[in-house]
Amino acid sequence: MAAAMPSLFETLWRTHEIRPGLVAIDRVMLHERTGAAALRALEAAGRRVVNPAHAFVVMDHIVDTRPGRTDGTLMPGGQAFITETRAAARAFGLTVFDVTDPDQGITHVISPELGIVLPGLTLVAPDSHTGTQGAFGALAWGIGSSEAEHALATGTLRVGKPGAMRVMVSGRLGPGVTPKDLALHLIATHGARGGEGMAVEFAGEAVTALDMEGRMTLCNMATEFGAFSALVAPDEVTFAWLAGRRHAPKGAMWEQALAHWRTLRSGPDAAFDREIAVDAAEVQPMVSWGTSPQHSVPLRAAVPTAAEAGLAPDTHARALAYMGLRPGQPLRGLPIDGAFIGSCTNSRLSDLRRAAAILKGRRIAPTVRKALVVPGSQAVKRAAEAEGLDRIFEAAGFAWRESGCSLCFFAGGESFGAGERVISSTNRNFESRQGPGTRTHIASPEVVAASAIAGVIASPAELA
Amino acid sequence: MPEPLVRLTAPALPFWADNIDTDIIIPSREMKGTGKTGLAAGLFANRRYRNPETREEDPDFPLNQPAYRAARIWLAGANVGCGSSREHAAWALAEQGFRAVIAPSFNPIFFGNCVRNGIVPVVLARELVEGLGSPVTVDLEAMTVTGADGRAHPFGLPAEARTMLMEGLDPIALTLKDGDAIAAWQQADRAARPWAWLA
Ligand code: SF4
Repeated sequence: MAAAMPSLFETLWRTHEIRPGLVAIDRVMLHERTGAAALRALEAAGRRVVNPAHAFVVMDHIVDTRPGRTDGTLMPGGQAFITETRAAARAFGLTVFDVTDPDQGITHVISPELGIVLPGLTLVAPDSHTGTQGAFGALAWGIGSSEAEHALATGTLRVGKPGAMRVMVSGRLGPGVTPKDLALHLIATHGARGGEGMAVEFAGEAVTALDMEGRMTLCNMATEFGAFSALVAPDEVTFAWLAGRRHAPKGAMWEQALAHWRTLRSGPDAAFDREIAVDAAEVQPMVSWGTSPQHSVPLRAAVPTAAEAGLAPDTHARALAYMGLRPGQPLRGLPIDGAFIGSCTNSRLSDLRRAAAILKGRRIAPTVRKALVVPGSQAVKRAAEAEGLDRIFEAAGFAWRESGCSLCFFAGGESFGAGERVISSTNRNFESRQGPGTRTHIASPEVVAASAIAGVIASPAELA
Repeated sequence: MPEPLVRLTAPALPFWADNIDTDIIIPSREMKGTGKTGLAAGLFANRRYRNPETREEDPDFPLNQPAYRAARIWLAGANVGCGSSREHAAWALAEQGFRAVIAPSFNPIFFGNCVRNGIVPVVLARELVEGLGSPVTVDLEAMTVTGADGRAHPFGLPAEARTMLMEGLDPIALTLKDGDAIAAWQQADRAARPWAWLA
């Protein structure tokens, strides 16, 4: 009798394990925030990049996203990160997606667009949300800058083996319920450390029914679940999405890759260290109330008490004090000052389409001081413009930006204001994430769009 | 490369809320240079200074108190180093002179960043962390932490991390010793997965 077929994670791990604790790395991605430091440290040590064709450098984190941008940044001193990263990357012969490059965008958005991530690969980047790319059945995870040096110099990483976890999502998400809501539901239910140390495979009917963009959103948020990485088994949806991408294999090599990729799934009796079951029908549109993605509730709910939220009273009190909220206060109807659609969570074409469908023919409330939409990549931006989405956003009162991380995080330059309440399609509502003292509520792009119009946190269903 | 560390006795900074994220350790606005240095003054900037711009100190923050100014060990709460994976958190701590962080649990990325930068990450039960006082001794030979009351508490560390910290080793040098095994894997992989190779 054949041994039980292992989990997808186990297969990926075994394929890349050179010896216990030493894993081969197929792709390394760097960004300008830490790229120069990593590359210059290599240079100073007299080391080389072992396979420059497998390393890609992206200008995404601190680049200006205002139209007509140059190397200049709103972050004081930011320009040096860009110019020094560029110079170091060129000296090592690495591919750079530069500020004005037509392929520029957020690392986790452009990597799939260009076929840099592929099923079955290991891919690392010095960025927490690298697990986003696990949506393609690759083992992708975030590393530190010194680890990036290590991966570049040796083609390997020293890394302890994570556990294997499966989140089985049965049924289908209801109308108006998005992968972002599914992720927030999972994190709110099982905690921001629910997936800690785990390679989390998302499986089940509700997951396979998602398009690639939805799968990326789900895997992106696994970081906020504490996961080491996230995975979705590749299938025909994945292959169709990747076919013809720039760095994807072509011709006979594509066929060979496909044959390999079709074996990449967990066996029916594969062992997992932990399994969680989620009923997709129970998931509702969500919004965060506090300062961790775990602090999320259904949009129709009220701010929970410490007991309802399952939090230590001081943690709960601190979050509420920061957010300027009281237990029992309904989330819907809270006046907002700003709105942000963007980030590697929700800045792809389908996200923009869904938000634009709500904004079409409407205008944001005059009390919403700042509303931005930042496409995840130049490719997304071009595709959106070809459909006229930019005009819908601008007519509604949103500023249409160049691609990048933008106000997903406060880099020291542009920000929302202190005490301002912002509805945001991003992944983190930490204190001061979008500016010193800014109060961030995370939600799906459609909830962001609806709230911007209403001027208060609102569901798309409530718009007149 | 970090200095080898076998045994260290030093003042221990008590700053132990749970979930102290890397942005509290070093706010993004403090990451001004492109390198690994010039970060110490930004360590804990939002808590350490009343006004981070003018660097006016907050006398209530323990690092600003005489007993802890020379702290080289940090006593923290659970899930320390969560949030952004920025390695600047470990760089800032190292530059300030910290050689150990003692906490009930660590964010895994931060844990690794500590080891790589010569900082011993010590996992110890919450009640023990809170009872250590100052000074504290971290002993990598005995694998114990000793508090101000002289009581020693054992702790664990992966063998490789311990070697690196004790010998001040750079992980790249360590891995390159395995060059033959890596080359053999690559050769076999080029045959098995040619589609995975771009050059
Ligand atoms: S969009 Fe936000 S979460 Fe994503 S990589 Fe950029 S800063 Fe990180």
